[in-house]
Amino acid sequence: MSLRPAIALAALLTALPIFASEIAADQRRSGYTFMAPDTKAIQDDDTANPGMLSVLDGEQLWNSKIGSADKACADCHGDAANSMKGVAARYPAFDKGQARPVNLEQRINLCRANHQQATPLPYESRELLALTAFVARQSRGVAISAGDDPQLAPFVAKGRALFAQRQGQLNLSCANCHDDNWDKKLAGSAITQGHSTGYPIYRLEWQSLGSLQRRLRSCIGGIRAQADDYGAPELVELELYLMSRARGMPLESPAVRP
Amino acid sequence: MPSALVNVPRTARRGDIIEIKTLMSHIMETGYRHTSAGEAVPRDIITSFACRYNGTEIFRADFFPAIAANPYVSFFTVARDSGKFEFEWIGDNGFSATATAAITVG
Repeated sequence: MSLRPAIALAALLTALPIFASEIAADQRRSGYTFMAPDTKAIQDDDTANPGMLSVLDGEQLWNSKIGSADKACADCHGDAANSMKGVAARYPAFDKGQARPVNLEQRINLCRANHQQATPLPYESRELLALTAFVARQSRGVAISAGDDPQLAPFVAKGRALFAQRQGQLNLSCANCHDDNWDKKLAGSAITQGHSTGYPIYRLEWQSLGSLQRRLRSCIGGIRAQADDYGAPELVELELYLMSRARGMPLESPAVRP
Repeated sequence: MPSALVNVPRTARRGDIIEIKTLMSHIMETGYRHTSAGEAVPRDIITSFACRYNGTEIFRADFFPAIAANPYVSFFTVARDSGKFEFEWIGDNGFSATATAAITVG
C-alpha cells in the first residue's frame, strides 16, 4: 500500500463514530449470504461439509464412558436429538455456580469435571470441538435466543461495550467494521456483519473446525490488539453479546466459511 | 477408524448414471511447512483412493501434497447391479481406512 491510500484509510477510519449504529433486525444477514456459490454448496451438503466429520466424532464421544464416574454424556442426557435440541441456540448461558455466563465449550467441560469426573478438554482440541459440533448440530435451524435470561443483562452490556471499544495498534473496534462497513470488502474478502450463527465453523482457511473464540482471537490479532486467552471472561461476554445480537437468526452449525 | 462420509444413492434404475460422493477426515500435512522452532513438519497425506463396485475397481485416484485437508472426491458411474461399493484410502504412516455402501438397482 502506498502512503496516500493508507492516509486516506486512516482518515476514514478515524472519522467513524465511536458508537456505531446497530444493524436493523430486518437487515441482518448471516455470513452464509456473503459466500460464493461453491462455498455455499459445501455447507448445503452434509456429505460435503467437513464439519460433519467432527459431528460424527462427537457422536462417538457422546456415547463413550469416561472419567472416574465411568459415565457417558448419553447416560444422563440420552438421545441428543431430543435433549440437546435448542441448547446451543441459548449459549452462552448463566451458570449459577460461577455466577456468570459460560459458553458451550465451558459447559461441556463443567459437565466433564462435575458429573463424569474427567479432566477438562483443552480449548480447540479435536475432542472438545467434536463434542461442541455434535451438540450444536442438534440445534440447526433453531432461532438463536441467547441472552434472554435477565441475569445475563450486565454481561451482555459488557460484551457490547467491548464490541464498541477501539483497541490495538489500528485503533479499531469490532463495530467499525461489522456494524458500519459490513457491505464493503477488506483485502478482497467480504467484511460481513459478524453474526455468530454457525459455530463451531469449518473454515477453509484453517483447514479445520474452530470455535467462535478462535475466530474472535484472530480478528483481534488482525487489528493488532492483544487477544485474551481462550475462555477469558471478556471473550465469553463478547460471545454472549454477538449471540444476543444475532437473536432470532437460525443456527447453522457446523457452518462452512471461507 | 477415522471418520468418513460416503453418499451413494440407496436405489437406482439399471443404467442410471449415479454420483458418488466421499469425504475422508485427514490433515493432509504437506511436508513443506516448518514449526515456529524451524523444524520441518513431516509429510502426512493420503496417497491413494480407490472404489470397487461388487469387487471390480471402478475409480482410483492418487493424492498429492497440494490437496486440501479432509479430501472430498466425487465421481460418476453407471448403476448396473445391486450390491456393494467399497472405498479404500491409503496414506503415509500406515494410514488405511475403508467404508462401504449398499445400492439396490431395480
